[in-house]
Amino acid sequence: MAQAITHQFEKNRALTVLKDLVSRPSGAIGLSLVMFHLVLAIISPYIAPYDYKLQNSYLMLSAPDAVHWLGADHLGRDVFSRTLMGGREALLVTGIATPLAVIWGGFIGILFGLVGGRLDEVLMRVVDAFLSLPWILKMLVIIVTFGSGTAVLIPTLAFFYGVPVIRIARAATHDVIARDFVWSAKARGHSRISIIWRELLPNVLDALMVEGAMRWSWMLLAFSSLSFLGFGVSPPTPDWGLMISDARGFMSFAPWGVIGPVIALSSLIIGINLTADALAKALGIDRAQKAPV
Amino acid sequence: MSSSSFIDIQNLSVGYTSRSQKIIKVLRDVSLTINRGESVGLVGESGSGKSTLALAAMGYFKRGLRALNGSVHFNNINMLGLDHDELQKIRGGNLALIPQNSGQSLTPTMRIGRQIAEALRLHSDLSQTAFDDRIIEILSQVRLPNPAALINRYPHELSGGQQQRVAIAMALAGQPDALLLDEPTTGLDVTTQAHILELLRDLARDRNMAMLYVSHDLGAISRVCDNVVVMYAGEVVLTGSSRQTLLAPKHPYAHGLLTSIPRLKQKELPVALDGRPPMPGEAITGCAFADRCALADDQCRTTSPPLTRLESAESIRCFHHDKIDQLATSSQKVKQRKAARKDTGETTLGLEDLAITYAKSGFLTQFLSNSPPPPATVDNININIEKGETLGLVGESGSGKSTILKTIAGLISPKNGGIILNQDTKLTAKVEDRPSMNLRQIQMIFQNPDDSLNPRHTVAQILAQPLRLYFQLSGKDLHDRSVKLLEQVRLGEHYLSRLPSQLSGGEKQRVAIARAFAAEPEIVLCDEVTSALDVSVQAAVLDLLNVLKKERGTTYIFVSHDLAVVKAISDRVAVLYQGRLCEIGPSDAVYQAPFHPYTDVLLGAVLEPDPDTAPTLSADDVVELSPPAKGCPFQRRCPKKLGEICENQTPPAQTSIQASNQGHVIHCHIPLKELH
Ligand SMILES: Nc1ncnc2c1ncn2[C@@H]1O[C@H](COP(=O)(O)OP(=O)(O)OP(=O)(O)O)[C@@H](O)[C@H]1O
Ligand code: SF4
Ligand code: SF4
Ligand SMILES: [Mg+2]
Repeated sequence: MAQAITHQFEKNRALTVLKDLVSRPSGAIGLSLVMFHLVLAIISPYIAPYDYKLQNSYLMLSAPDAVHWLGADHLGRDVFSRTLMGGREALLVTGIATPLAVIWGGFIGILFGLVGGRLDEVLMRVVDAFLSLPWILKMLVIIVTFGSGTAVLIPTLAFFYGVPVIRIARAATHDVIARDFVWSAKARGHSRISIIWRELLPNVLDALMVEGAMRWSWMLLAFSSLSFLGFGVSPPTPDWGLMISDARGFMSFAPWGVIGPVIALSSLIIGINLTADALAKALGIDRAQKAPV
Repeated sequence: MSSSSFIDIQNLSVGYTSRSQKIIKVLRDVSLTINRGESVGLVGESGSGKSTLALAAMGYFKRGLRALNGSVHFNNINMLGLDHDELQKIRGGNLALIPQNSGQSLTPTMRIGRQIAEALRLHSDLSQTAFDDRIIEILSQVRLPNPAALINRYPHELSGGQQQRVAIAMALAGQPDALLLDEPTTGLDVTTQAHILELLRDLARDRNMAMLYVSHDLGAISRVCDNVVVMYAGEVVLTGSSRQTLLAPKHPYAHGLLTSIPRLKQKELPVALDGRPPMPGEAITGCAFADRCALADDQCRTTSPPLTRLESAESIRCFHHDKIDQLATSSQKVKQRKAARKDTGETTLGLEDLAITYAKSGFLTQFLSNSPPPPATVDNININIEKGETLGLVGESGSGKSTILKTIAGLISPKNGGIILNQDTKLTAKVEDRPSMNLRQIQMIFQNPDDSLNPRHTVAQILAQPLRLYFQLSGKDLHDRSVKLLEQVRLGEHYLSRLPSQLSGGEKQRVAIARAFAAEPEIVLCDEVTSALDVSVQAAVLDLLNVLKKERGTTYIFVSHDLAVVKAISDRVAVLYQGRLCEIGPSDAVYQAPFHPYTDVLLGAVLEPDPDTAPTLSADDVVELSPPAKGCPFQRRCPKKLGEICENQTPPAQTSIQASNQGHVIHCHIPLKELH
């Protein structure tokens, strides 16, 4: 019976949170943008009007017209088709790397939070020192050493973006274990596992979910930046970062090469951020609400 | 528009648009005026809109809220017509707000001097040297000792009362003409609170400020306010002078509020004001208070009463205010008798030479620094608690009350001494090492139910935890038992699926109580269980604890800093200072002469909701960080200190010889007959 209640409640909560999320303008817009991009990433190979690899030297840098809606790039490829497909690689890589980052960072963070004391403080100093290095430097070291395929990018991104998650998870753990409901469970004599599982995790996971969404958008930016610098996907695979990089040289007389990918990338990132924002509010862990004056 | 009042709010309604596009009103047609040199107290239960109104007075609305109609003028400036920058100039300048817990919201990493400098810089253009002088001047205005040294300290190096003073100092930095205070002393010790209130009174008088004082503490209001405005469900229901509203309230709600306050002079538990106020947006036909009002009739339930001005210059929203005397007599009959204690003489819990210390300086540091270890936080506690008895523990913050409770519960290991359960079981220190049986027998209820109930668990899950753990209940048994527990705390079955966020403060605390009683405990440790609650709710919770005790013969250890609450519920009271016992005895005896000097100070600082009584402030409100190494724990603050003997010799335990005061012990060097 109580099991049933528990279960039903958890389902309800997911549903309630989702309803709350989409009832907020930021959540509705954000989630639609994200869904739009996800669907597009899946179906784009089937709906793209032209082959993304197809080069046509007659069309080189030609302006948008009725046939090629966003014009053509410096190799005469259809920019619209390439824009449609340009998020696939980024979404695939970050879509796998983000959960990995949240899981390992969250696990370590909770562990640090539970251990506490001197050891926890020393380890956090190490994490802070690591975080103070510019990310691009750290990433480039790895990529230059191991190459830049998907197989390297996913673990690299997951690793680097998991480190800041440690901070969040640790802070959330510290917050929760100091609260009276944890003391109360301890005083009743519940086992440590039961306290972590029942009292701690549900509260920390909320914070991690929001953090995960934020990390995702950062990671997308990082991925695109890497592509822009030539360390991400390799041509001819279409990718927004790479497209922007390629078209940048012709900006002054053929700006259409940049417009498509820029709009696509920024709309996805804005969408994720709006969703994360609304999610935090729907979960009731919005910290932006400040006291007056 | 020119209005005569300094702060002038007319017919203000504030509300928000709900998800379903309905307009929900939080304040309904509220008018409030405050003149220069006048201080107005704003009272009402939590959720009645007090803070919203105070914030509206400075043109601020919490996110989502907006003014629906009405006007707000400050010094003849229309506050609702100003833009953000213009408002910002006025706020913190001419009009300053001291929010709740503002002492705790000081920036922890910034020195006191710099925080005040920032506040000053916003509202003045002084030269650097004038600036420094001004900071010191402001700090001495709020009577902080040694301001020159204080500016280099960090907030955590100050006591709660000192932090609150700094917050007040920051508000004064802009030389305001009006002060808005939202629960400025809630959470502070009685002595500290009394001192801060005196300070506010004097400041308001000296500077001819207009003051709006929001509080649910009618004792505090009676001390600082000339006039009182009582709010209920977003409406003003009564306004009048402090004397009129606090001594002879003419509105049934105000009457109920006042009777639900425990008083020192009273022996019984206060009368609870049952029910709860309507939530914003709930449909109200007729008088909003009708559901809880003993005078309500058909007219009240169908027509909403207007705010009428009486000849006595009071305004009142009630049809039957002339019948208020009936209420006074009829509610006296239902006064709750304190559960009579069966004198069994059987000790349930014995604390023997209990000493507890937090300081765990390592062997090496101690060896190197060569200093003696700091005195234990709690020391030399010997108390035997009888079966079915309620022992009250009082003392200021830092007196070790919670520490003792946590030690009994096994959450902290004592440094020395023992805890004996039922005269034979010596409880092993740590929770992990205690048999489940003993854990079940001792349950604890915490101060703040917001903190002691997991926000992610439903009431069903919360109650299931002890039931599964101790009784291995499941399925239908578990459900039935949970429902029965809810019944005992006067909550219906439908609460099972609720989350804590869907409960009111009183309901949350009831759930916490139900969880404790689910274990069928013999001893319940109550740590400030009513101090986060409204007075009316507090009375109901005290009543509930009393009934449960009557039914089950449970033993309580009841910790509180509120002396009147402790008196209302306890059979025996122990007064602690710095973790040492000052006085212990039957509650009547402790609240009567002879007094321990510390008990005397505490009782003197109690604020009664009566404008004719003033607190006597005999000791400073300094907070000591650690107890003295020897002598009397109270030696540094004691107004009656004899001299060196108090510093060097542990005060003797003097036992009262009067038969009626059996077991009344005072630890002091002054002979009993002089302790009056
Ligand atoms: N975790 C801790 N580490 C070190 N010192 C502590 C700790 N917790 C409490 N103390 C100190 O122990 C003393 C007693 O604290 P305790 O919390 O028991 O007081 P209290 O009477 O319950 O006060 P309050 O009314 O503020 O809750 C205080 O001096 C406090 O500063
Ligand atoms: S109007 Fe009626 S219900 Fe309302 S307070 Fe007065 S007597 Fe009570
Ligand atoms: S022993 Fe001395 S210092 Fe202590 S309470 Fe008595 S008179 Fe005051
Ligand atoms: Mg405490």
